[in-house]
Amino acid sequence: MTGLNPTNEQRSSGAAASALAIELVGINKHFGPVHANKDIHLAVKRGTVHGIVGENGAGKSTLMSILYGFYTADSGTIHVDGVAHKITDSRHALALGIGMVHQHFMLVDNFTVLENVVLGAEDSALLTPTLNRARGHLKDLARDYGLDIDPDAIVGNLSVGQQQRVEILKALYRGAETLILDEPTGVLTPAEADHLFRILGKLRAEGKTIILITHKLREIMAITDEVSVMRQGEMVETLPTAETSPEHLAELMVGRRVLLRVEKGAAKPGKVLLEVENLVVTDDFGTPRVKGVNFQVRAGEIVGIAGVAGNGQSELLESISGMRDQKSGTIRVHGNALKISGDDGADRARSAGLAHVPEDRLRMGLVTKFNAWENAILGYQDSYGEGPALDISAARDAAREYMKKFDVRPADLDLKTANFSGGNQQKLVLAREMERDPEVLIVGQPTRGVDIGAIEFIHNQIIKMRDAGKAILLVSVELDEIRSLSDRILVIFDGQIVGEADPATADETELGLRMTGSHADNVETDPGTLPEHETPVDQTLVEMSPKDNSGRDTN
Amino acid sequence: MDQILVDITLILDSTVRLAVPLILASLAGLYSERSGIIDIGLEGKLLAGAFAAAAMSAVTGSAWLGLLAGIGAALVFSGIHGLASINFKGNQTISGVALNFLAAGLTTFLGQSWFRRGGYTPQLSGDQRFNPITLPFAEELRDVPVLGQIYGELISGHNIITYVAFIAVPVTAWVLFRSRFGLRLRAVGENPKAIDTAGISVTRLRYQALIITAVLVGIGGAYLSIAQSAGFNNNMSAGRGYIALAALIFAKWRPGPALLVCLMFGFLDAVQFRIQGQVFPIIGEVPVQAIQALPYILTVVLLAGFIGRAVAPKAIGVPYTKER
Repeated sequence: MTGLNPTNEQRSSGAAASALAIELVGINKHFGPVHANKDIHLAVKRGTVHGIVGENGAGKSTLMSILYGFYTADSGTIHVDGVAHKITDSRHALALGIGMVHQHFMLVDNFTVLENVVLGAEDSALLTPTLNRARGHLKDLARDYGLDIDPDAIVGNLSVGQQQRVEILKALYRGAETLILDEPTGVLTPAEADHLFRILGKLRAEGKTIILITHKLREIMAITDEVSVMRQGEMVETLPTAETSPEHLAELMVGRRVLLRVEKGAAKPGKVLLEVENLVVTDDFGTPRVKGVNFQVRAGEIVGIAGVAGNGQSELLESISGMRDQKSGTIRVHGNALKISGDDGADRARSAGLAHVPEDRLRMGLVTKFNAWENAILGYQDSYGEGPALDISAARDAAREYMKKFDVRPADLDLKTANFSGGNQQKLVLAREMERDPEVLIVGQPTRGVDIGAIEFIHNQIIKMRDAGKAILLVSVELDEIRSLSDRILVIFDGQIVGEADPATADETELGLRMTGSHADNVETDPGTLPEHETPVDQTLVEMSPKDNSGRDTN
Repeated sequence: MDQILVDITLILDSTVRLAVPLILASLAGLYSERSGIIDIGLEGKLLAGAFAAAAMSAVTGSAWLGLLAGIGAALVFSGIHGLASINFKGNQTISGVALNFLAAGLTTFLGQSWFRRGGYTPQLSGDQRFNPITLPFAEELRDVPVLGQIYGELISGHNIITYVAFIAVPVTAWVLFRSRFGLRLRAVGENPKAIDTAGISVTRLRYQALIITAVLVGIGGAYLSIAQSAGFNNNMSAGRGYIALAALIFAKWRPGPALLVCLMFGFLDAVQFRIQGQVFPIIGEVPVQAIQALPYILTVVLLAGFIGRAVAPKAIGVPYTKER
């Protein structure tokens, strides 16, 4: 185990020679025909937070996996503290003081925190003395960096944010001086994300170097010192964060100007198309999750439902779309009550003129093992062909047209759906649902795990539907998205609509408070946050939250 | 009273004898399955080990060389399984089943072509077998009531492999829960990525597990042919590999409970031998086949009743690939 924990003296002597913690020179990596990294140069200064942004598939994760020794580069060199190294595996990277916190945690669920931390870095063949020593070490780390966690807790019982802290502890325990975080906030709640950024601030203050991979520009603006932009496997530019703006970064990422704000005209609401009255819905365990909800959506307007995830939005969506039986209450489409119970509820909702873009496209919207054309007609397959026969050529023609119209790339009818990027998968679902010309469209998390370029496209399609006189119900945990798309905002908390707001005038803080069930005059502290630390990031974070807490990368 | 004690001691004694191959095979399977590799091929390895041990012992006259040959055969089978399921990322169940068929066919074929006795190896005797060991003081204590009986009949008087099997249980428990290797073994069966990112080779760790598996199941096979019996006969493992696997699942992949379950199966088997030919009230004499089926029927019943609660190592059966 001697190679694993080089002493700090060894490393700091190297650091004195160069201010660069990491330098990548001319990195190339191919996966079969895909050129994932093209001649990448990257210099990361010691003691800074260095952001790497890029769309899904831009090569960020590949590059970091090469640095961490998970993959070996086809060509190029890696310098750590100014010395060239050929990093052959993760063990080697760890020995050089490089630690990585993966997007999907590399933890053993039924192990304790302690066991997970020492795994692979045990200092003796016997477990008990190893664990005892690690316990002491862990206590020190917890004190130094605010990474408080019960060493004997079973990891599977911890929250996602806590599990992430275990990953950080793992890296620090191995003596990491440079910490790579791959999309760390994708799975966190806003409070957990705030906590993470406080920890990162503390790590930077202690002289650690942090590489932050993300596609969320606000995080880059909030915490990084420098930012590198990647696009299609190439390093586009590296610049100081202070000298850039989200708009500029977005343009670099996508390669063209991107509108971060949605442009839409005033709504022209018509007659009521969707009516929900006293709706009560329970979850799989019989617990009521939607508790007597009333609202209406008119033709030509977008009604957004804002709320922290888990306050009944999912059950509401599933109930209206016929996937979940309602306990009581009425749903009317076009004035006709939907008696939704039984297994064919979704089919009946569809025939009533309602289309549904589900929250979780991988679980509910697509069969990822199917080819693109099959998914493009899924749910409407009965309209192709007579009787039991499927008119495949008609279905393929329809799919081809959808993919062209919605710019699904690559436009390959026979590509397995799993092989499309998250944005293109979502476009496929939207095309399928929107092209049926429904009267009412309900959309859940339309841009979760979707690239900036595709977000713009999807938003514009939703606005187009509205302008065509359709009623649209939008549910998203991205408050920004709700605010920019909706014509009216309903705030949901604990299964009830607790308020309505006009997006043009709504105050973000007030909305945020309502979403957590409190009012401006009755501020409760979130039990999820730990004591405040005196770090400069805090101030910026107030402006950032609440932010996406469930955007998963679907690559 | 004495007769009952003698009866019980005899049944327990044969319980121990019958449980030994199950214990060894179960522990063998434990290492493999804890590392994330399904080992349905225990049966084949047991059979191959039994044949190799008997053949080598018959030819050389040494039980110890026979034991080595048994382990060697199991290693070859484990190696093929490892190649198929670790390197080539094949389906582990299919690979295991194929090995079972291979073992059944190969042992009969080689037995016939080498010894020409219809698949049987020659009768083994003396040093060609592992003979009972009398523990110290067994004779002196014989007259002590109950305890003497238990020590003399139940604990003393088994062959060396039996003692090895029983010692292997606490050793396995220690390795699994108190050693670095055990921590890594458990981790690689739950989440191999955690092992890989910690800088440890998943492939190497899994092969290490398979080697231990082969050694244990090879010893188990040798027990069948050169300790419990005096020679190999066709298909002599008779499903013990499967039962050992069932016991392992029952025991939720833990060594202590695995021992208990194996002893229970051994006990059922022992009782089955005892009640053959007995006349029961009302039912009368039960056909031998029905009684012989008893342990298997109970296995099915118990498995159907309890298996729902057994949670397998999470990564079991899934070949490890570094994905993009």
